[in-house]
Amino acid sequence: MDCYTANWNPLGDSAFYRKYELYSMDWDLKEELRDCLVAAAPYGGPIALLRNPWRKEKAASVRPVLDIYSASGMPLASLLWKSGPVVSLGWSAEEELLCVQEDGAVLVYGLHGDFRRHFSMGNEVLQNRVLDARIFHTEFGSGVAILTGAHRFTLSANVGDLKLRRMPEVPGLQSVPSCWTVLCQDRVAHILLAVGPDLYLLDHAACSAVTPPGLAPGVSSFLQMAVSFTYRHLALFTDTGYIWMGTASLKEKLCEFNCNIRAAPKQMVWCSRPRSKERAVVVAWERRLMVVGDAPESIQYKQLTIQVLLDRLVLRRLYPLAIQICEYLRLPEVQGVSRILAHWACYKVQQKDVSDEDVARAINQKLGDTPGVSYSDIAARAYGCGRTELAIKLLEYEPRSGEQVPLLLKMKRSKLALSKAIESGDTDLVFTVLLHLKNELNRGDFFMTLRNQPMALSLYRQFCKHQELETLKDLYNQDDNHQELGSFHIRASYAAEERIEGRVAALQTAADAFYKAKNEFAAKATEDQMRLLRLQRRLEDELGGQFLDLSLHDTVTTLILGGHNKRAEQLARDFRIPDKRLWWLKLTALADLEDWEELEKFSKSKKSPIGYLPFVEICIKQHNKYEAKKYASRVSPEQKVKALLLVGDVAQAADVAIEHRNEAELSLVLSHCTGATDGATADKIQRARAQAQKK
Amino acid sequence: RPGFTMLARLLPGKKDLFIEADLMSPLDRIASVSILKQHEVDKLYKVENKPALSSNEQLCFLVRPRIKNMRYIASLVNADKVAGRTRKYKVIFSPQKFYACEMVLEEEGIYGDVSCDEWAFSLLPLDVDLLSMELPEFFRDYFLEGDQRWINTVAQALHLLSALYGPFPNCYGIGRCAKMAYELWRKLEEEEDGETKGRRPEIGHIFLLDRDVDFVTALCSQVVYEGLVDDTFRIKCGSVDFGPEVTSSDKSLKVLLNAEDKVFHEIRNEHFSNVFGFLSQKARNLQAQYDRRRGMDIKQMKNFVSQELKGLKQEHRLLSLHIGACESIMKKKTKQDFQELIKTEHALLEGFNIRESTSYIEEHIDRQVSPIESLRLMCLLSITENGLIPKDYRSLKTQYLQSYGPEHMLTFSNLRRAGLLTEQGPGDTLTAVESKVSKLVTDKAAGKITDAFSSLAKRSNFRAISKKLNLIPRVDGEYDLKVPRDMAYVFSGAYVPLSCRIIEQVLERRSWQGLDEVVRLLNCGDFAFTDMTKEDKASSESLRLILVVFLGGCTFSEISALRFLGREKGYRFIFLTTAVTNSARLMEAMSEVKA
Repeated sequence: MDCYTANWNPLGDSAFYRKYELYSMDWDLKEELRDCLVAAAPYGGPIALLRNPWRKEKAASVRPVLDIYSASGMPLASLLWKSGPVVSLGWSAEEELLCVQEDGAVLVYGLHGDFRRHFSMGNEVLQNRVLDARIFHTEFGSGVAILTGAHRFTLSANVGDLKLRRMPEVPGLQSVPSCWTVLCQDRVAHILLAVGPDLYLLDHAACSAVTPPGLAPGVSSFLQMAVSFTYRHLALFTDTGYIWMGTASLKEKLCEFNCNIRAAPKQMVWCSRPRSKERAVVVAWERRLMVVGDAPESIQYKQLTIQVLLDRLVLRRLYPLAIQICEYLRLPEVQGVSRILAHWACYKVQQKDVSDEDVARAINQKLGDTPGVSYSDIAARAYGCGRTELAIKLLEYEPRSGEQVPLLLKMKRSKLALSKAIESGDTDLVFTVLLHLKNELNRGDFFMTLRNQPMALSLYRQFCKHQELETLKDLYNQDDNHQELGSFHIRASYAAEERIEGRVAALQTAADAFYKAKNEFAAKATEDQMRLLRLQRRLEDELGGQFLDLSLHDTVTTLILGGHNKRAEQLARDFRIPDKRLWWLKLTALADLEDWEELEKFSKSKKSPIGYLPFVEICIKQHNKYEAKKYASRVSPEQKVKALLLVGDVAQAADVAIEHRNEAELSLVLSHCTGATDGATADKIQRARAQAQKK
Repeated sequence: RPGFTMLARLLPGKKDLFIEADLMSPLDRIASVSILKQHEVDKLYKVENKPALSSNEQLCFLVRPRIKNMRYIASLVNADKVAGRTRKYKVIFSPQKFYACEMVLEEEGIYGDVSCDEWAFSLLPLDVDLLSMELPEFFRDYFLEGDQRWINTVAQALHLLSALYGPFPNCYGIGRCAKMAYELWRKLEEEEDGETKGRRPEIGHIFLLDRDVDFVTALCSQVVYEGLVDDTFRIKCGSVDFGPEVTSSDKSLKVLLNAEDKVFHEIRNEHFSNVFGFLSQKARNLQAQYDRRRGMDIKQMKNFVSQELKGLKQEHRLLSLHIGACESIMKKKTKQDFQELIKTEHALLEGFNIRESTSYIEEHIDRQVSPIESLRLMCLLSITENGLIPKDYRSLKTQYLQSYGPEHMLTFSNLRRAGLLTEQGPGDTLTAVESKVSKLVTDKAAGKITDAFSSLAKRSNFRAISKKLNLIPRVDGEYDLKVPRDMAYVFSGAYVPLSCRIIEQVLERRSWQGLDEVVRLLNCGDFAFTDMTKEDKASSESLRLILVVFLGGCTFSEISALRFLGREKGYRFIFLTTAVTNSARLMEAMSEVKA
């Protein structure tokens, strides 16, 4: 068993430790770390080194150099620092390197040393310079806090959404605080600073003096302070060689320890093993390391989720590894492989030295139609890099045409957007594009575009019909669609115009259009309507009553009902009403008037073109059997049985049917034989039937 | 409960609710007035072109996404503004909001004054086998205006159904719209892959059909009971208002017509000539049931009263209602010479005595019998004859305008565009050439040439299709309507509905194979499709279940015919339609009405 404990060394009285190498660093560091600004990202992220940060000489050989290594020391990037002197380095939660310059400018670099953006910590800093800076992390993102030469603090709690907050003045602060740190409590970032024997807490409204509970007396200065990663705990190191550990709220002391070293430590940090409940403060001097621990910690460190892990791999462009992990973990494609491929593609479009065709092809080859990959997102990235043509090529691979539309519109490819919107079958999307086009193009071009897209055209027409009648007219004009123009004016003649002159004029325009459309029928019918309208107007003036908007048929009927027979005749002649119609019309009107005398006269005026059965029918309808019988005798033989049945003469109907030897008629009469009175008739029919069958 | 999702969208507190006429019946089916009252809806108004006299502080509007509705709402809101009145307004669009509507609200200056919401209600189960999207405007919007706005809605509805019943292993369709709807739906499925993947299909076949593939059937007078009730009284959303002439009282009665009505269930698919006999038999049976009381002792009587009487009374009530309806139908139909009308229709379908039929139609117009009926007959003549000969086309139109008013010039223009009423034109002189060509070259080449021709003049080719598909059954002896032998019974044995025949043929073949000529004659060369997938997973039971989707509406006669086919072949049909329609509704959709 010895061999297992051989490399464990005692630490104090009851603990042992061992040292073993996880892996050796790949880097080849030549300079002393003490000459460098160093920043290591949390969760085993990259490490940034800035050599000679303070050198101001222009010579390239001694210019500061920024090196970025992976956590295992693999070089990721190296670049000459050409900007101003850097006060502090730090990594954001998104693994962006924030370099705070003396002039208050913060330069942001990617993992691979690619410059992303920069921002300033405010004008005041320009004058007073930055003395010190901290990069800190909260649940909202990563923040920057600076201390200026005027001994004022400025902070931004989230560099992704930059809002600068200048903290209030610390009364009587004449020199640099001996130490300071950023605390985060109740979702607000504060600054805790030490000036001589006093501690101050700065929030954005006020500066208040605070006292840690149970602090041993005799402190004249705080040399170091450290806050835990979760902002829950605070450690203070005093000039009496005493360490106070408590909650960051300064409401509770956890423990204290006197180490009897009065020198200021180089570094003091909170630490804890993963998943361990123990927490401790590690204090480092030039040649000494001290671990001060206490009771079990109640919280657990949040672990990196697999998603974050994958994000980090993607950020390091380790796409194949990420994909292998996804496959190993059997992550659903949408969350796993697809997402990684999409990231890869977004990276790919930024490779400016590769031609559009090659990039598009490469992306499509790798991605195919992997579910969950949005080609339109990748295209949007390409467009963001100024590669419009590539974006369009990539959009071609987007299977959902609707998804292509917004980007195409943004790229001002509205006509292409229109075709894609139509392809998508989403009329709402089509309409959106149409309105874009309408604003973008002149009217002529807009109409031409519509002309080539029937689906969009009918959609726009529908809209115009209700909302922009004039545009509708223009559309028809543009297409020389005279037929529709004619219809348009016909509608206007009763829907838009009220005065008779206006209505006639609209009809005239319609008629002209119909002639142009070579629709002679419609043109003639429209002209007839113009005549009728004028005439109806005259009738109203001369006879009173309502004539306007009646059909021709109803106009004549109204005249007859009003006793204006002459006028009715005249109208019928003028409009060449066919005889048949006139007979039906008169018959109905006279029967309505119950003018039986006039009806009889009319029936004898000439041979009826509609026969006499309708006369019988209409008299019966008006319950006048007496009059009906008058006409029954004049009904043609084929309809006689029907007529006789209508007037109730079953016996005679039977005789006629027997004479006709018509089986259908016989059954019809038979079905009318009811009760005892028709018994004889029924027998007669049966006999006739029997006889007919014998033959 | 779709009603709940609508109610949840109303403004909280007391309010008045404005409902578009088209949405009244659907809403009534899912949320009664008393439920609306419980949700603090004070008064109900119909959205129409009249100023509203509502005094409520909150107004909700339940509307279709139509511009004219937006203008109505704008007029209300702007009138309030002029009067210095501030109220809360909320517009609930069904089934979805359209950008154009928001734009109109903005143009009218009230976008900031109203809040908008959507009520994505798209499927209303009217019966155990009938789902309606209640989108009657689909027909006009698509087949007349070429507006494709509802196709996406259909695709969404299919998406919903496949989410509920698993993937559809066999898909067939015919018609341009059917194809578009199908493709959109497929896209939706692909985008949300994984949801239906691996599910066992419950519906084995789906068949999509455009209304314009078969206008003829929809234009015929219906003679099956349910269709006849629809033609006579108008069934709205599965219920009908029977007036005093039916209820034989002084009140109208709203009656729900579905499989739960036991009497109706037995007669709905019957030819009308059988219904009366059936009902009187039923009445006699009922009487016998009642009569059983006579010989009962007290215990039996107690049983009878507690267990049977209620059912008998219910049946009694329904029976007298349907008898009343029959009487009323008979009265109306004999008045209008229904027999003559049917005879003319049959003549048109069979293609004989065309002159006589034309005169009949002319007389119909001259007598001003009914503008809609006249129009229907003209269309039936046009479609069965491949368009009217120019002389008739002109004279019938002239007569029609003289009878019913000049605004119908626009109606005719509409009908022409929809292909419902056309003139035989130069396109038909090509027929002669075409037939010669087809003798010279192979069928396939002839088909191509004909396709080129038909793009010039889209013809109905009804006669040829009818011959190919044997739509007019040969008559040997009387057709026994009591014991139907084929689907023709729904039209008194004179005609097998074209739409149903197509469905029958395709299901039999499980493809369009051998129907090329029919497809070509239907002008659907590019729009007849079959798509078979995942067949292996489908159980034999699911393969008996067929979802038929009618784009542009279906009639009760078609439903009855397919129910019959189902019984004959052991299929079970489920119908999904944009709306239940009939000839009058189709004609009204095409008619230009003066506002």
